[in-house]
Amino acid sequence: MPASFLFSQFMGGLTTAMFLFLIASGLSLVFGVMRVINFAHGSFYMIGAYLAWQMVHWLHPGGASFWAAAIFAAVGVALLGAAVERLFFRSLYGREELYQLLFTYALVLILGDAAKFLWGTGQLSVSTPPVLAGSVQIFGTTQPLYNLFVMAIGPAIAFGGWLVLNRTGIGRMVRAAQMDREMLDALGANVGTIYTGMFVFSAFLAGLSGALVTPIQSIVPGMDVLIIVQAFIVVVIGGMGSFWGTFWGSVIYGEVLSFGILIFPGFSLFSVFALMAVILIVRPWGLFGKPLR
Amino acid sequence: MLDVRGLRKSFAGFVAVDGVSLTVDTGQIAAVIGPNGAGKSTLFNLITGHIAPDSGQVLLNERDITGAAPHRICRMGIGRSFQRTNIFSKLTVFENLQAAFLVHHGRGRDFWSRSEAFYREETAALLASIGLFEQRNTVAGTLSYGNQKQLELGLALASDPAMLLLDEPTAGMSATETHDTIALIEKIAGERSLTLLFTEHDMEVVFSIAQKIAVLYQGRLIADGAPAEVRSDPEVRRVYLGEH
Amino acid sequence: MSWNRTALVQRIPWTLIVFLAACTVPWIGSRYNTFLGEQIAIDALFAVSLNLLLGTTGLVSFGHVAYFGVGAYVCGILMKTYELPFAVAFPAAGLGTALFALVSGYFCVRLIKLYFAMLTLAFSQIVWAIAYKWNDVTGGDQGLPEIPFPDLDWMSSIPGLGDLRINDQFYLLALALIAVSLAVLHRIVRSPFGRILTTIRDNPERAAFIGINVRAYQLAAFVVAGTFAGFAGALYGIFSRGVFADYVFWSKSAEVMIMTILGGMDFFWGPAVGALALVWLNQQITAYTEYWPFFLGTILLVLLFVFPGGILGGIAAGYGFLRRRLQSRPLQPRDA
Repeated sequence: MPASFLFSQFMGGLTTAMFLFLIASGLSLVFGVMRVINFAHGSFYMIGAYLAWQMVHWLHPGGASFWAAAIFAAVGVALLGAAVERLFFRSLYGREELYQLLFTYALVLILGDAAKFLWGTGQLSVSTPPVLAGSVQIFGTTQPLYNLFVMAIGPAIAFGGWLVLNRTGIGRMVRAAQMDREMLDALGANVGTIYTGMFVFSAFLAGLSGALVTPIQSIVPGMDVLIIVQAFIVVVIGGMGSFWGTFWGSVIYGEVLSFGILIFPGFSLFSVFALMAVILIVRPWGLFGKPLR
Repeated sequence: MLDVRGLRKSFAGFVAVDGVSLTVDTGQIAAVIGPNGAGKSTLFNLITGHIAPDSGQVLLNERDITGAAPHRICRMGIGRSFQRTNIFSKLTVFENLQAAFLVHHGRGRDFWSRSEAFYREETAALLASIGLFEQRNTVAGTLSYGNQKQLELGLALASDPAMLLLDEPTAGMSATETHDTIALIEKIAGERSLTLLFTEHDMEVVFSIAQKIAVLYQGRLIADGAPAEVRSDPEVRRVYLGEH
Repeated sequence: MSWNRTALVQRIPWTLIVFLAACTVPWIGSRYNTFLGEQIAIDALFAVSLNLLLGTTGLVSFGHVAYFGVGAYVCGILMKTYELPFAVAFPAAGLGTALFALVSGYFCVRLIKLYFAMLTLAFSQIVWAIAYKWNDVTGGDQGLPEIPFPDLDWMSSIPGLGDLRINDQFYLLALALIAVSLAVLHRIVRSPFGRILTTIRDNPERAAFIGINVRAYQLAAFVVAGTFAGFAGALYGIFSRGVFADYVFWSKSAEVMIMTILGGMDFFWGPAVGALALVWLNQQITAYTEYWPFFLGTILLVLLFVFPGGILGGIAAGYGFLRRRLQSRPLQPRDA
């Protein structure tokens, strides 16, 4: 097997990984603080993609419009997240986690159909912004510039997120909320605001990643379900609530998928779930997570 | 009956229990006291298998039960009540105790008969002896705090233990309630020849019924003996008078 | 007074009436009604089996469809590929599912709530992935179409049943099997074993301290629940004339969970009522619109925020409310 082919597979896996990381990081964040798996995270991602398309459709498919569209999409989804959290999620906090999970699932159902209603069932796409439209030759393989861009964003956000979490006052509060929300509440910090903030930020990330994925993947109904399963696996492998865990979990997932297909085509679908099961059996809190108590 | 040797447990660097050894003879009424955070609850959790110690041993009648699973320890004859009331809140008082009897008599593998038919007399008798017969059909979660504590005691007694570990049995009670609860415990311990080990904050209670007192401070045992000795122990006085 | 009426209501053998009514459908109803009835009955068994975990033992499983699927595939493969009779394939499906539940359950019950849910989901997706890709055995994404009906000639010798189409004969057989299964499950829930499961749901820590080996009981519940889900799946495969991979997709686990909660998970018959309600609602709504998921989501929202006790929970609350109103009303002296 020529090295350039392997490298190609590797880069392909890395692109997948970094995209997943963008999405999964939001999921991991919400879980870390609120102890809830937000199934609707994939729906936020999908709405982000549709909103970006819509914006590009209104402004003309020019150069800068893509970036404006991405911001518009991210903010739009963030607002949606804020509305959802304030109006509905709040009232479920005291209740059993099952109800919270089911609520996010209800959102998946509703948002999925809302998207179908607004944008139809066909495939939509957005063209790559001209500034990143080309490709470069690395090690004898052609790497689209846009993919490289995405690959760079991943670690950038991971590092940025880690910085904020560990080096700022806000980050300290969030980490405290992760460890002991009751204590934080007793200390007078506004836990409610932290929760809303986290939820909104994770929605923002989801919307942004949805927007950014549009030049690479077409927008179709069902992309919400597809992505949430993958993001879920990633977060389990890497560890809930850990930025770096999610990062490495994404890398592992992306590469296992990429190279697994070479070994045995049908295998990769099975292997990612098997990997998830093995991690849960052996080390449930993931590679980088901390045991829950 | 109970022999604790050198139990040690630390949580992420904080040493909760530091090499504690004590013994409780059969039929004795022993108390473990100490200021908050001294490690009393952790000690109990170590004895009843809720947590596994880092080192040390727990022997029940010469049998090593260190770190055994809670349900095993219960079946070996130790009953326990909890500091925060730990009952089956959705079942009635009667059903609470009946369930305990079902387990105790090994009926758990019965997939076929109707559960309400079994052990009704035994349950009624136990309810009467702990003074909850009137409330037998009340849903446990709606009971008053005092009654819930009584039910706690009942649940611990249903498995016919040889030894009872009571974690702050009079916590949160008024003076009269405390008095009644202690009288009840004493009566039952006498009737069933139980060995008792309990923790308490209320010094009056402790000195009135305990035959042996162990004093815990920052995870270590600083005194261990008859009430009179412990009362006059300088270290104990320092810890308590200094703390208060 | 009214509370005597309540006692009377409780004495009416509702389940017997429903069962007998269901039996008459092939004669008094259309083919469509029989189809619906069978769908409801199978879903009812599936949902009640889930409730053994959810409502009785407090185990939140997101992967219950795995056992439904294993049962469906085992029965389907044995009947179609190996041409074994239903009398062999059906129990084998139960056995196979029980074994799978034992192995997967062993790993699942050792985890705390959240991780338990995730591992059940992982196992369920593994089953799906295998079903989807193992072309030789499961038919892969094509599945196993045309599962044969069991040989029901013996039914024709029973007076009155000879004229029925085979679909209707199978309907009656399935109904009988489901009724027996539900009766067994009912006994299990009311038994000492079931009572212990209830205490585990109520307070697992306390349960351990009265001598219950919590994990062992949870595993037992898992196996029992899985086995009955497997039976439901086996019947479903024949009923829908085929077994396909998307039967095992996780959204079906969500669906059965919604059914269970919709009917009321604190009541034994709650999930069955939920199955009836959901299948009926589905039929009604899909006749007018393609946006069934939207409506399902809305129903779920209403359930979560307004009626967390489900349909039976709402009815029970209503009864209790009425009863208290009537009991507290003082006797009015007649005015002169």
